[in-house]
Amino acid sequence: MTATAPIPLTPKAFASDQDVRWCPGCGDYAILKGVQKALAEIGTEPHNVVFVSGIGCAARFPYYVSTYGFHTIHGRAPAFATGIKLANPALDVWVITGDGDGLSIGGNHMLHVLRRNLDLQIVLFNNEIYGLTKGQTSPTSKRGTVTPSTPQGSVGRPVAPAAFALGAGGRFIARAVDTMQNELVEVLKRAHAHRGASFVEIFQNCVVFNDGAHAAFTGKATAPDMQIHVEHGKPLVFGSKRDKGLILACDGPGLEVVQLGPGEYAEADLLVHDETSIALALLLAQLQPPAFPMALGVLYCDPVESYDHAVHRQAGDMGAQPAAQTDLQQLLRSGRTWEVEK
Amino acid sequence: MTRPSAPDARGVLPREIRDAVVIRFAGDSGDGMQLTGTQFSLEAALAGSDIATFPDYPAEIRAPAGTTYGVSAFQIHFGGGDLTTPGDEPDVLVALNPAALKVNYPDLRVGGLVVVDTGAFTKRNLEKAGYTTSPLDDDTLAPYQVLKLDITTRTADAVEPFGLGAKAALRSRNMWTLGLMLWMFGQDRAGTAQWIAKKFAKEPTIAEANVAALTAGYAFGDTVEMSSELVGYTVAKAEVAPGVYRTVTGTETTAWGIIAGARAAGLDRILFGSYPITPASPLLHTMARLKAYGVIMFQAEDEIAAICAAIGGSYAGSLGVTSSSGPGIALKGEALGLAVAAELPLVVVNSQRAGPSTGLPTKTEQSDLYQAVYGRNGDAPLPVVAAATPADCYEVAVEAVRLAVTYMTPVIMLIDGYLANAAEPWLLPDPDDAPAFPVRHRTEPEGFQPFARDPKTLARPWAIPGTPELTHRIGGIERDARTGHISYAPDNHQRMTDLRHAKIAGIANAIPEQDVQVGERAGAMAVVGWGSTYGPIYQAVRRLRAEGMRVSHLHLRYLNPFPRNLGELLAGFDRVMVPEMNAGQLVTILRSTYLVPAEGLNQVTGKPFKVADIVSAVRARLEQ
Repeated sequence: MTATAPIPLTPKAFASDQDVRWCPGCGDYAILKGVQKALAEIGTEPHNVVFVSGIGCAARFPYYVSTYGFHTIHGRAPAFATGIKLANPALDVWVITGDGDGLSIGGNHMLHVLRRNLDLQIVLFNNEIYGLTKGQTSPTSKRGTVTPSTPQGSVGRPVAPAAFALGAGGRFIARAVDTMQNELVEVLKRAHAHRGASFVEIFQNCVVFNDGAHAAFTGKATAPDMQIHVEHGKPLVFGSKRDKGLILACDGPGLEVVQLGPGEYAEADLLVHDETSIALALLLAQLQPPAFPMALGVLYCDPVESYDHAVHRQAGDMGAQPAAQTDLQQLLRSGRTWEVEK
Repeated sequence: MTRPSAPDARGVLPREIRDAVVIRFAGDSGDGMQLTGTQFSLEAALAGSDIATFPDYPAEIRAPAGTTYGVSAFQIHFGGGDLTTPGDEPDVLVALNPAALKVNYPDLRVGGLVVVDTGAFTKRNLEKAGYTTSPLDDDTLAPYQVLKLDITTRTADAVEPFGLGAKAALRSRNMWTLGLMLWMFGQDRAGTAQWIAKKFAKEPTIAEANVAALTAGYAFGDTVEMSSELVGYTVAKAEVAPGVYRTVTGTETTAWGIIAGARAAGLDRILFGSYPITPASPLLHTMARLKAYGVIMFQAEDEIAAICAAIGGSYAGSLGVTSSSGPGIALKGEALGLAVAAELPLVVVNSQRAGPSTGLPTKTEQSDLYQAVYGRNGDAPLPVVAAATPADCYEVAVEAVRLAVTYMTPVIMLIDGYLANAAEPWLLPDPDDAPAFPVRHRTEPEGFQPFARDPKTLARPWAIPGTPELTHRIGGIERDARTGHISYAPDNHQRMTDLRHAKIAGIANAIPEQDVQVGERAGAMAVVGWGSTYGPIYQAVRRLRAEGMRVSHLHLRYLNPFPRNLGELLAGFDRVMVPEMNAGQLVTILRSTYLVPAEGLNQVTGKPFKVADIVSAVRARLEQ
């Protein structure tokens, strides 16, 4: 057999033969494209990758990727993914979920997969609405959202997914926007490189039931002044003319927007992003337009031993052998036995 | 059974001889009755007796001391013969406080022996038990022999040299009592002394105090015997087959059976996902200690995550197993449906308890049969098997694994709180007879279709992530009968529903035919049971047959599908009676499946059937 150089993977190599069935104009198309591009750039063989999803529009995602895929039940994808990763830690496991799937019916599993720190990527498509069930309010819907289930406007207060993930003990928290491909691909690659649970919130637009939900910071006119792309070790600068920045507020714990320019603040006065600081990450995760820009990029990254690694380390310490090689005699005689003679 | 006795030269009465004895230890939840009973059982088994035990404890961990709802008991039946039940009525009741006496004495055989700790019959304890006058002073215990001993003081004296303080000293009352009982029934105490030393290895003073209490109780028997106040007994040994034995609970045998099953299947890992719930938690604890055998124990955040992780484990090529009790199984229902739909192997162990809802968490029942057979949305058939005895759990667990991996299906294994906790001696299986049913994960890409089926079993291939050129997508949406792609086609759903049904129904051809446990294959009545009613039905049928009745015992291991000859077998009997610890579940399934006029005998007291109750019910119906 002659050794051949591996054929470089292209985004197309990660496309399945299935027709994509999302609504025309859905943000999911852009995310699918971004994930396929990221996978190609990462260079994992498709057969070592598993996409796991629950229920919802986003959850159809695995059918459209040429890897292994498991479309499971509502909200439970993190639990299935946990079993898959524990059974075979060599697999590259991705959880695809939405705001309803991941933070409502599956909120408990999201909490625990993050706190345990399984080595997998969780990609949460946040469109602030239930799409597949035709437009009910979701746990991330802004207060006052009018939907068939909230005809007078929703009164529940929304959860901020990134803040939730930080609170749950997640060690990698990032954000991206569906239509911003370059940033999206970079964030996904960083998420993949992180050993442990990586939580990526993607602001995704539902054209049918909640069009423009993120327009306050994704619209052409608003984006430059309403987004801040954070980068480790770099000052927190933003604005169309890079003329704004963030400093620690003078009047109490929090952040403050300041103007850069002669006679005003200089870049050197600004806060420098430290992605290992959970305190800064919590502040960034809670910034909301219009008073503040939406923080995008890697808000937090501070790896510790992953759960699957620890589980197998402990099993190794116990001298774990494959079940197939069990010495039944040894197993069944562990403890007190006695012999009855003939 | 009692031989005439005469004092020997020293004036010591000879031991009376008994075939079998039933003892119940009863005390407060904090008195260590479960440990005492377990240890007595082990000594009896080691000495060559057959044993059957029944732990009975409250749901509260430590209910207020001295109250009737905090009473914990452990019953053991030991001796010669073929003991399959923990005994209908205790011959001996040990009551360490008034509440334990109050709750338990009505069960005692008339003429039986009550041993009480008079030191615990204080005014306060009597009040807490709801007694206005002491039952030791009136005629409450007139139908019984009563042995009044100040165990509290005697224990305090025995452990006094260790300077433990009054409260800690009292905790050794159970060991003093155990010592006395071991003496009374002619058992050895050396093993128990060793066990105490090991258990309290880190607290040598406590260990020494407990051994001293044990020894003092034992010595008390030897001493007081002289005054003939106390009689010792020699209990018959069991006639048992030669070989290596140990005592086992259904929890242990289930755990080992799962491992033996994975071994037989040639699988490297077992993904055991579970969540704490009474009475299933002991299995979780047992599996957690078996990591050396390829077990990955995952204590999940809830019941749903526990089963989902197990299914994920199977999807990735391990043996997925989850364990719970009824309320937890209810939560697992949706995920079970996914395992049926995605056709992945999975073993689900249900340690049944009394329901509905929280019910009686620590009390046994077998009322989850409908849930197992029918409890899912859509047409979602799956195999259901049930273990009959603690030892039987081993074979049934192996069989559950075999069905799961051979047919690519979830399998429910029903045990119950009684089987999980009860102990019996077990002749270890011959290692040369180790089961083998190797399965393989598919690797050949040629002609691979995720839902193409083995023509014989109708199982789909088990192709796992990580395998080159077999990437595919599966899920809960109806799948195309070959490719597994999403399919809403009407004919495809009909076909897939039919296939799922045929696959499970076809298992009837790959399991043994139903046998008769006792009696002929035809007669006046078949007494049909499943699960832990095995012991009492078996004894009842033997007793009725000794009276000349044409009664047989059939005990079902396979509850879905039924063995292929079951209908024919039942048709050979004039009547069919089904004793069950539920309101009538197997009986209706048998009636609807075979159109036989089966009758129920139903009891839901949280306790196993008494042999005598089944005997009289059968007799009454046959004499109608």
